[in-house]
Amino acid sequence: MAYSDKVLDHYENPRNVGTLDKNDPNVGTGMVGAPACGDVMKLMIKVNDDGIIEDAKFKTYGCGSAIASSSLVTEWLKGKTIDEAYAIKNSAIAEELALPPVKIHCSVLAEDAIKAAVADIKAKQAAKEAA
Amino acid sequence: MSLNYYQLFDLPPIFNIALATLETNYRKIQSEAHPDRFVTASSADKLKSMQLATLANEAYQTLKNPANRAQYLLTLNGINATNESNTSMPADFLMQQMEWRETLEDASMASDILTLQALYDEMLAAAKGLAADLAQLFDEKKDYTNACETTRKLIFIDKVCADIQQAIEHLD
Repeated sequence: MAYSDKVLDHYENPRNVGTLDKNDPNVGTGMVGAPACGDVMKLMIKVNDDGIIEDAKFKTYGCGSAIASSSLVTEWLKGKTIDEAYAIKNSAIAEELALPPVKIHCSVLAEDAIKAAVADIKAKQAAKEAA
Repeated sequence: MSLNYYQLFDLPPIFNIALATLETNYRKIQSEAHPDRFVTASSADKLKSMQLATLANEAYQTLKNPANRAQYLLTLNGINATNESNTSMPADFLMQQMEWRETLEDASMASDILTLQALYDEMLAAAKGLAADLAQLFDEKKDYTNACETTRKLIFIDKVCADIQQAIEHLD
């Protein structure tokens, strides 16, 4: 099966690989996994006081499509509000990367990672307000 | 009528199967369905024996491996353990996966075969523990929800094991 040029580009030059300080109250972490292929994905977002995502990092162990999906979303996330981030659909990721049907689940993984990271930052914010 | 994999080998549909029975009954079917016995048979019988041999092979591979067996047992109970829309796993388990993957990556880069082997042993121990849990969840508690989660973990560990083996072979 051939990867699209965009997948190869992200796979060979992944953007924003790394981690942010998970103890920072402005950093949300999303971790998801797909047993079918054994992929694990960690996505971290740093949100400023206006609710805008200023930084995003990822670490993914998995196939090229999973790495490309997470690399792409870190690019998309920067500058977005967390609500805009939450609205990102896996179909948009799959379309941008021209993922074949058997690799659609990689984009699902990336969407779920965003949702998990947003949920984490919201929980942190709620805890901060309650304090 | 089509038999499920357990029925084919005359085994009860449980997790903790008698591996010796699996082995014996598999060999029996393979020898009964062997092409040598069908040299002069009709083409319909030839086809039937070939299909049986293929099915037995598939069934044997599935039931022999604990992760595959657990997954199959869940399917028989109407549960798909590798449903692609289910990507949530316990956070501590995913964290550990990440650490294992990092160790694997670092050790492969450093051609550190000792660390790879130690990691492989750690994986085998973890897999053994999960298999013991599965025996209890499936056969005693009939707790398919938790069996599904444990199965998902075991599938992950199998994948790491395969990748470690590949890394070791690559270095040899």
